[in-house]
Amino acid sequence: MNRAFLKIITVFWKDMLTELRTREIIISVLVFALLVLVIFSFAFSIATDMTETVAPGILWVALTFGGVIGLNRIFAVEKENACLEGLMLCPVDRAVIYWGKMAGGFTFMLAVAVVVTPVFLALFNLPIFLPRLALVIVLALVGFASVGTLFSALAVNTRARDIMLPILFLPVVVPVIVSAVKATGPVLVGGPWGDMLTWLQIMIAFDIIYLVVATLVFEFVVEE
Amino acid sequence: MNSNHTLRDSILWGLGFALMIAALAMVFVYVPTEKHGGIVQRIFYFHVPVAWVAFLAFFVTFISSVLYLWKRAIKWDAVACASAEIGVIFTTLVLITGPIWAKPAWGIWWTWDARLTTSLVLWLIYVVYLLVRSLAADPARGARYGAVIGIVGFIDVPIVFLTVNLWRTQHPTTIIFEGGLTTTMLITLLVCIAAFTVLYVILVIRSAGLKTMEAEVRRLRIMKAE
Repeated sequence: MNRAFLKIITVFWKDMLTELRTREIIISVLVFALLVLVIFSFAFSIATDMTETVAPGILWVALTFGGVIGLNRIFAVEKENACLEGLMLCPVDRAVIYWGKMAGGFTFMLAVAVVVTPVFLALFNLPIFLPRLALVIVLALVGFASVGTLFSALAVNTRARDIMLPILFLPVVVPVIVSAVKATGPVLVGGPWGDMLTWLQIMIAFDIIYLVVATLVFEFVVEE
Repeated sequence: MNSNHTLRDSILWGLGFALMIAALAMVFVYVPTEKHGGIVQRIFYFHVPVAWVAFLAFFVTFISSVLYLWKRAIKWDAVACASAEIGVIFTTLVLITGPIWAKPAWGIWWTWDARLTTSLVLWLIYVVYLLVRSLAADPARGARYGAVIGIVGFIDVPIVFLTVNLWRTQHPTTIIFEGGLTTTMLITLLVCIAAFTVLYVILVIRSAGLKTMEAEVRRLRIMKAE
């Protein structure tokens, strides 16, 4: 078990190192997510009294669309120079590769969210320090990463692969998007924990179910 | 095809034909017009069986996908794919007949209710399922990818339903299960469900048989080329 964990860290660290040296994913996804925020504020020409009803949706559209672009890249980069084959030749279980990649995708999305969320809160004149929002974001991003990593590995081997991940990913993560939006609402207006509890439970259930299912079926996606 | 198959087919076709005629007669002649719903309520006898078949089809896809990944027999992949195709067609019919009824009954074509939203999400997932199969680099890969989506997508259904149900709901479902239907209506509904289920079985057998043959032809072609 401990050995498996070290292997996961190794796969994860490989992705971090590549990202630190190329800055290919995080920066582009970050700019994209910020653009989504800006475009939404134009599209809705938001009045101050509407902010609380519309704002959670805007944040989650930005994080979802940014997330799907980032997740697309985590296997697309492996496609170049046949890195994917190299990765598959590693003497580790396929589940280890899944978890390493998943941790990488999660970290990229989290890094983007850490910048996008305060900017979003400032742009819409909402309170900046919201620890409960951090919990919602972590739970939702784990859900995104669990499904997204599996589908990213799948989409990379299809024709029209750039569009394949979004159309696979978005319908399946509908429960996460709905729950994240509904849980963000009470946080922004300072509502009680009780209002978010159900939604947090759904996200936890989704995360666990899909981490388990994806771990089990990942090997069928990457086998040659 | 051997004689066993021919016999089975004859029975299925005969049964399906008889049930379909009976269902039509019951819907248009036997069952009385519902007091509150009016004549448009009769679409219910089409809508509910079609929705049932759609769900059954995706369930069969799920089971066949698991069996394919486990046994790697081409027939399970053929059944999974055939069933998904039929499921998409029937879900499309559900999404068309629903609004036709909803407009006179609710005054709106569409509402983001749990059943409606779940059907729409389900439809999207399985349209993508078919898309991935046709866009995969080769058929073997397509079969594996299809199986993975067939499993992951089906597991999503109850979660989507639960989530959207908590979000908002207004679909008239409980009527069926709380004894809101009279005996004549219930019998008509059951006959319609039986008719459409037999239709589904016929379609799956035909389509899966065709797909198995296609795979066989592909295999022979590759053998010849080598």
